[in-house]
Amino acid sequence: MRQFSQLLDGLVYTRSRNGKLALIAAYMREAPDPDRGWALAALTGNLDLKAVKASAIGDMIRARTDPVLYEMSRDYVGDLAETVALLWPKREEQPAELDDGSLSLSAVIDRLHGVSRAAAPDAMAQMMDHLDASGRFALLKLATGGLRVGISARLAKTGFAQAFDLDVDDVEQVWHALSAPYAELFDWAEGRIGRPDPEGTPYFRPFMLAHPLEADSVDLTDYAAEWKWDGIRIQIVGTGSETRLYSRAGDDISGSFPEIAQAFTGHAVLDGELLVKGDTQGGEAASFNALQQRLGRKAVSAKMMADYPAFVRLYDLLIEGDDDVRTLPWKQRRARLEAYMPQLAADRFDLSALIEAPDFEALADIRAGARDAAIEGVMLKRRDSPYVAGRKAALWYKWKRDPLTADCVMMYAQRGHGKRSSFYSDYTFGCWTEDGELLPVGKAYSGFTDEELKWLDRFVRQNTVARFGPVREVEKTLVLEVAFDSIHDSKRHKSGLAMRFPRIARIRKDKPAAEADTIEGLKKLVV
Amino acid sequence: MAHWIEPHPTGIYVRPADAWIDPSLPQERALVTHGHADHARGGHGHVWATRETLAIMALRYGTASGTAVGYGEEIRLGGVTIRYVPAGHVLGSAQIVLDHAGERVVVTGDYKRRPDPTCKAFEPVPCDIFVTEATFGLPVFRHPETGSEMDRLLVALHAHPDRCVLVGAYALGKAQRVICELRARGHRDPIYIHGAMERMCALYQDFGIDMGELRPATGVPAKEMRGHVVVSPPSALNDRWSRRLPDPITAMASGWMRVRQRARQKNVELPLVISDHADWDELTDTIREVAPTETWITHGREEALLHWCMTHQIKARALALVGREDEDEG
Repeated sequence: MRQFSQLLDGLVYTRSRNGKLALIAAYMREAPDPDRGWALAALTGNLDLKAVKASAIGDMIRARTDPVLYEMSRDYVGDLAETVALLWPKREEQPAELDDGSLSLSAVIDRLHGVSRAAAPDAMAQMMDHLDASGRFALLKLATGGLRVGISARLAKTGFAQAFDLDVDDVEQVWHALSAPYAELFDWAEGRIGRPDPEGTPYFRPFMLAHPLEADSVDLTDYAAEWKWDGIRIQIVGTGSETRLYSRAGDDISGSFPEIAQAFTGHAVLDGELLVKGDTQGGEAASFNALQQRLGRKAVSAKMMADYPAFVRLYDLLIEGDDDVRTLPWKQRRARLEAYMPQLAADRFDLSALIEAPDFEALADIRAGARDAAIEGVMLKRRDSPYVAGRKAALWYKWKRDPLTADCVMMYAQRGHGKRSSFYSDYTFGCWTEDGELLPVGKAYSGFTDEELKWLDRFVRQNTVARFGPVREVEKTLVLEVAFDSIHDSKRHKSGLAMRFPRIARIRKDKPAAEADTIEGLKKLVV
Repeated sequence: MAHWIEPHPTGIYVRPADAWIDPSLPQERALVTHGHADHARGGHGHVWATRETLAIMALRYGTASGTAVGYGEEIRLGGVTIRYVPAGHVLGSAQIVLDHAGERVVVTGDYKRRPDPTCKAFEPVPCDIFVTEATFGLPVFRHPETGSEMDRLLVALHAHPDRCVLVGAYALGKAQRVICELRARGHRDPIYIHGAMERMCALYQDFGIDMGELRPATGVPAKEMRGHVVVSPPSALNDRWSRRLPDPITAMASGWMRVRQRARQKNVELPLVISDHADWDELTDTIREVAPTETWITHGREEALLHWCMTHQIKARALALVGREDEDEG
């Protein structure tokens, strides 16, 4: 366990991406089998133990130590797993900070796999007694599901690829044909067997991405235009017998959107935007707010699916049957996609329409007039572009809508998370009603520089008028210029408004709070 | 009990001696436990402290009128017998033992129980009132062996010959302790130090603490510092100052490094849990050992230590002294 817990510590403390990759690569080369396979599963989010609930961990520690001291400690440290890892009282004869080496990562995994909910706390306690604080932390994170060490599945795979001089896209291709602890993957990486054959498995293909448009215009005879929809980009991979949905990072999100995976029975790979149906666009795509209700869920209830029904707006066709068409020009792929559409269930799939404009000026007018909640901007795709991985210059451009801005007054502040956990970095801000009352219209925790953050933190501390648990109410004197992509009606807030992706554009130290914007003014921007 | 000693927010007043212990405001007569700024302030009329502490105060505040009190030496002020006993915190640090009217009060200042090559070890003195700090007064604070932390520092240093390890350490005490611990582990290479700690290191050397070859980190080409240890005050770690160094691995020596987010907030890559303060076990073991009738807690996480005392049948109170605790110092 020591090797693994030290890897996790290293990943927590190392800032640079290359540093993290080097740590992962070294571990993958040096750790024994099957430990390293389980570690890879844990780092890529493919290990879902959930052997113990957080509440059971709390009960365990309260039974072993003074509950008051535990509560004070947790309050101070912030994180449950870390508090318990640091606080854990070992039995007298055992040194508190020694990992005695008797537990390997795979032994831990085996134990957690086999254990019942009822027996889990005892099993945990026995294992904790053999570990040091880092080991206990790693064990608690594994057992409660989710390491949260700030790395993506893609980064973990890149580290693995780097360890054995492999191409990460090659690893990605064989990945979904294999399962934890990935014995075959290591056998292949170390040259003991040939490349595992991914054919017949629904594996992920790298997405083609776009550069922001910086030129003043492009020639529409070379570029086709279509809307950039504000959902999440997904790839549908069907083998005829199995279908998987992948996010842009290559994460398998089929479980969050089972209705889509079930509705697709074809043998093809498609690229599209996952959206939720809503009333903001005449029964079509709802705003991103609606989609957010469905994100990040491992299991999804029937009610969720009924309240926020998902569908996919298709952009591109990569593979049809055994025919890989990625090298064909966009124009031909588009024709293949259009021809493919009729065999898809119309309630789950539609085609992203092209924008017909005679020239670029006309397109600019159409873009400026588009205030649909589900539109993020315009995509420009070279008509002869092949489908290639990543961002390739001059093939695809994204031309986002300009953000809207409003001058708001800071009302409340809360401490951030992670490396901002000592800073008041989450701000709730409001605008004026006609009666001269401030109502919250949004919350932002980005957009400022580190220097500005220090200033804002100081402002909050020096201007606190009340405290509600972790939240501080501040003197209503500071105007923040807030940028946001769009604004919607919302029943969740008293102001009746909700902003999409609000961020702090500027701190308006010069502006008196009374001159900030009004709710009435903001309502005019609602789409 | 002991009505002759009075805690005030600005320090502890010893009435019969008409003297203050570690006062935060200038006073005519001050008894000072050790040289850290939250205990030793400038501007007092007359100071009683160890020779080392007086020298540190002179370095920081210019010369002041003072009486040097040796460890174990007894002095009498207005009917109070006063003795300075090693506290194990930094060079010259002392607990002040006061006897009057058949009662004994021990004011520890800051202290630790672990070995420290730069100062004399803490000596427990049984007493009626024990005045303790509680900087790390939470059971999550359990400092590991100093040796294992130093080993991690040396492993990181040797694994990256093209980089340097920049150790953030408080300029009085921690910096010199880290350097001496490195020397004790056979590290003979020159160690580079930030300009702000040069005079303090020289003072330590004047008191016979051998720190080997120290070089200023200023005015030296980055290349020369590759593969070496550089020591700076914590405030310089993420400061422009550190840009002159060859791709530093940022380390920090502090008891606070036990908590991950504390280390992350300070952008520390190599947290070293090395503290000059007692950890939770040391605090509670010490209270048990000196077995006072009453425990007074000066500063830190006093709430948790109060709770512990209460559940162990020990009478205790929190004093809420102002201006104590500089986090860098942990």
